[in-house]
Amino acid sequence: MSETIKFVQGNEACAEAALYAGLDFYAGYPITPSSEITETLAYRLPQIGGKFIQMEDEIASLCAVIGASLTGCKVMTATSGPGFSLMQESLGYAIMAEIPCVIVNVQRGGPSTGLPTHGSQGDVNQARWGTHGDHAIIALTASNHQDVFEITVEAFNLAETYRTPVILLLDEVVAHMRERLVVPQPGEIELVERLKTNVKQDVDYHPYLPREDGRLPMSDFGGVHRFNVTGLFHDMWGFPSSEPRVVHDLLRHLVDKLENRAHQLARYKEYYVEDAEQLLLSYGSAARSAHHIVENRRLRGERLGLLELQTLWPFPKEIVREKCAHVKSVVVVEQNMGQIMQAVKLAVDQPDKVFLANRIDGGFIAPSDITNLLRLIQGKGV
Amino acid sequence: MAIKDYLRERFFPHLWCPGCGHGTVLNGLLGAVEKLGMSKNEIVMVSGIGCSSRITGYVDFHTLHTIHGRALAFATGVKMARPELNLIVPMGDGDALAIGGNHFIHAARRNIDITAIVMNNRIYGMTGGQYSPLSGENIRATTAPYLTIDPGFDVVELAKGAGATFVARTTTYHIQQMTDIIRQAILHEGFSVVEILSQCPTYFGRKNKAGDAVDMIQDFKKNTTSIGSKAKKENPDLLERGIFVQKEMPEYCSEYDKVVQKAMKGR
Repeated sequence: MSETIKFVQGNEACAEAALYAGLDFYAGYPITPSSEITETLAYRLPQIGGKFIQMEDEIASLCAVIGASLTGCKVMTATSGPGFSLMQESLGYAIMAEIPCVIVNVQRGGPSTGLPTHGSQGDVNQARWGTHGDHAIIALTASNHQDVFEITVEAFNLAETYRTPVILLLDEVVAHMRERLVVPQPGEIELVERLKTNVKQDVDYHPYLPREDGRLPMSDFGGVHRFNVTGLFHDMWGFPSSEPRVVHDLLRHLVDKLENRAHQLARYKEYYVEDAEQLLLSYGSAARSAHHIVENRRLRGERLGLLELQTLWPFPKEIVREKCAHVKSVVVVEQNMGQIMQAVKLAVDQPDKVFLANRIDGGFIAPSDITNLLRLIQGKGV
Repeated sequence: MAIKDYLRERFFPHLWCPGCGHGTVLNGLLGAVEKLGMSKNEIVMVSGIGCSSRITGYVDFHTLHTIHGRALAFATGVKMARPELNLIVPMGDGDALAIGGNHFIHAARRNIDITAIVMNNRIYGMTGGQYSPLSGENIRATTAPYLTIDPGFDVVELAKGAGATFVARTTTYHIQQMTDIIRQAILHEGFSVVEILSQCPTYFGRKNKAGDAVDMIQDFKKNTTSIGSKAKKENPDLLERGIFVQKEMPEYCSEYDKVVQKAMKGR
């Protein structure tokens, strides 16, 4: 079979990947710079008998997505900062009720309406802590269209594996840029299907009783098992409980199932890290400029490396610590005021060797923004 | 199947106060389901947050107890994904029409086949007696110590205006009518709204000197009348009960099927 090559926006790559992953249901609300995902799926989903609905707001979009997921569908919604803010309550619901779903946030400048048509990476901490209460979350990102495709499929796989919402943090630059995408052949990327219970009809099914491996087999709404789903603390039947033991165990389970697997969940790419004296650490569109510099400097014999994170949460602290251990300095390149830099400082042995190369004016981080800082760190002046 | 068989007795006693009308609504609802001979596996009940919303815990259907005001949005996702399932969405007055008002009018506009039941006791019970958008004026509540100045919504008029294709009102006094209306609402293909006046003696009753549960139920009898009755002509203040709207219009999921056919042909 010949390969399918497309020249598309990052948003279209994301929508293509969702279809590849087996998306059945999409609900969304228009918002720049994510609308192309919604538009693409409005066109494509009905062609394969999938369900598309434009809801009255972002709150309703995520609610509808969660409802559809319970019937056994693979589901997704996409939005940007203001819409992502509106989704925080139902995001917490999906965490608590352990309902698989993928939420794409194509980041734009914030706070508030901010910079609708400019890029940003300012929602990294919102993805981690936007919804109230202790919890854990998976948030992924990517810097080019091929990676957007693969990481979108990965988002679905992780959502289904861990019965959890997964946040895909794209940004305006990657979302709106056009570049080459080679669509993988069917079967080329492994797809995770939902783990269904093998409990027979009329036998007591416990939707919230984890197996030994920590996974919780599901039963579709409309099937033979009837159970309760709630955002309240609940027992193994899904019935509300405020029993201290039940509350403690459930919260521990929700946090541990992801935080204890941070290493397993870590997706990252590395360039010349092994012998690097200085390390750039970046993600999303910012990593494109970082990568450009690393390749250029290597040609000149400078020992500069790049660690590009694709899993932002749970933060891959062991990997970051290990990769940063032998370098003289770490420059975190991101389009915000240092949200990942803070996590890096907490992870490494010498936090004072961590620097930030950033931009917060809506402009894309250019290679010169990074090189200026590198010169300063190297004592060369501007 | 007996009504009892539709209950999850394991989770009783329920949390409603003595004299609360919501148990009567549960009875009327299950009476309708029983009359229709529905199987438990074909019903999905979705609720939000509030006293009324706890109803989902007690019924042996597929039950989804969600977040405040958003039950209809969750239900829309379930229904779109599995149109063959029957969606019943019981809501409180604040849940349905304050925080959930936007979802209410849009579900009605789409005419998606969901049965929405507004259990209207004109007060927020679970949070301790604050006024709701259905309290109306001159009502005493914990957030209206000097009486309310907010006019209330008329659920029937609002649902009609938003495009609901089945709109009815009844009370916890009129249990036979309630069962019959809910039965017809479930059978109706499209968005149906059933407003049920329900008593909250604990908060609304005590705050407004409306007497005990029995007095409040007697008031439902006294203050309401059948649609277009002679009594209504004589006393326009009476609130009408019965089915106000019952019309056939294209249902959302059926229309979506046509979109799928069109899209598949165009490939």
